[in-house]
Amino acid sequence: MRALDLDYMIGLVPVILGYVPLTLFMAVAGMVLALILASLMAVERVIKVPGLDWLVMLFISFFRGTPLLVQLFLFYYGLPQVLSFLTQINGVTAAIMGLTLHFSAYMAESIRAAIAGVDRSQWEAAQSIGMTQGQMMRRIVLPQATRIAAPTLVNYFIDMIKGTSLAFTLGVTEMMGAAQKEAAGSFLYFEAFLVVAVIYWIMVEALNQGQKRLENHLNKAFAR
Amino acid sequence: MISVQGLTKRFDSTAVLDGIDLEIEPGERVVVIGPSGTGKSTLLRCLNFLDRPQAGTITIGDLSVDAAKASRADILALRRRTAFVFQNYALFANKTAKENIMEALVTVQKRPKADAEARALEVLRETGLDNKADSYPAALSGGQQQRVGIGRAMALDAGLMLFDEPTSALDPEWVGEVLDLMRRVAEQRQTMLIVTHEIQFAREIADRVVFMDGGRIVEQGPPGKVLDAPSDDRLRRFLRRVGQ
Ligand SMILES: Nc1ncnc2c1ncn2[C@@H]1O[C@H](COP(=O)(O)OP(=O)(O)O)[C@@H](O)[C@H]1O
Ligand SMILES: [Mg+2]
Repeated sequence: MRALDLDYMIGLVPVILGYVPLTLFMAVAGMVLALILASLMAVERVIKVPGLDWLVMLFISFFRGTPLLVQLFLFYYGLPQVLSFLTQINGVTAAIMGLTLHFSAYMAESIRAAIAGVDRSQWEAAQSIGMTQGQMMRRIVLPQATRIAAPTLVNYFIDMIKGTSLAFTLGVTEMMGAAQKEAAGSFLYFEAFLVVAVIYWIMVEALNQGQKRLENHLNKAFAR
Repeated sequence: MISVQGLTKRFDSTAVLDGIDLEIEPGERVVVIGPSGTGKSTLLRCLNFLDRPQAGTITIGDLSVDAAKASRADILALRRRTAFVFQNYALFANKTAKENIMEALVTVQKRPKADAEARALEVLRETGLDNKADSYPAALSGGQQQRVGIGRAMALDAGLMLFDEPTSALDPEWVGEVLDLMRRVAEQRQTMLIVTHEIQFAREIADRVVFMDGGRIVEQGPPGKVLDAPSDDRLRRFLRRVGQ
């Protein structure tokens, strides 16, 4: 056994922190895109567009049924061999794409369930004033479904942040890749990865606090 | 002029509306009474296609819709000429009282926001709820919620207002204030089709009372005639049952 090299760890913190923006960029971009895609798929699953429904079901089934790492490799290393226009794709883009598709499949299911949880009378009131389907979804149903789905969606965002570490396997130097490079020089693997773990941990805890605030905000309309 | 001809609605194979014919003059206030399960709600819900009728023609002003071949555009047009007040209020839970009233004006009628807000505040004053403009439905009593529901319908300036038992879900203490508001709406000579069990209220405000039973209109006429000198046996039995 040897003592932890604390000085090394403290020196490493700013280096790893320098990669936090990239991690957050991948997670936020992935989350925004996944939310849009998931909402579209969830609405489709509810109103069942003929000819599209089976495709959405297939998509959801595939991306929930296979590991994220396998999906990332499939996109980054596999697809460019089949689709030549993808050869330019860089690791960050591929990671965002993979995270988006993977998490949108999960999020579509929780948004669909949340939509089903919005009281029937809300739909009928929206229809009675002459709203189109799109207006009803955007202005009445989805905002209420968001409140129902919010805790689950924040959990997926947390999973997404942690999932960005897999970008390392696509050659992206993010927090994990930076730690790996540092440790390769110092051989202090435990210290390097411990710093990474603690930084992830703090980010996720900060988000958990944010989630509580978000829930209070969303519940504002429903408080007596 | 509002005209309904041969309106037919079947759930599975049972006819819930069995060829309803009904004409309503502009400004006329028609009250529909009848035992429960008779198709009163279904009649109202078919008029704006919350339930889709299988056959019949619905005419409101210059718009005439054949139920058998109504397009999506027909249905929207019909909904934009009617306003619906629900038994359970059905206020938009994610919107304040004011926003509930503004919603259709901004989103459907495409009026400028400031315009819609002014109209909403005006309606809230009429309903006596100007101090609740920024309250969410969950913070309002049943009576207040239904008054907002009626306000939402008033603001539409629709050709026909439909009320489906607007006081049936209310605690008795709130019924009075909702009926008072409906009286005020009636005084403005809005065209109203009202389903209610409040016979006394019907006597006061109705130009005509329609008695439905088994998916048909059995008897109709001025309240003095239908409520005080009914000719049909089923109507007599119904009135005795509700204590008239
Ligand atoms: N969505 C539905 N599916 C099947 N039957 C229905 C549905 N809605 C109403 N009904 C039936 O239609 C009949 C008339 O219902 P309704 O119009 O609500 O009556 P009322 O308002 O006069 O009490 C009832 O027998 C009811 O069970
Ligand atoms: Mg009813």
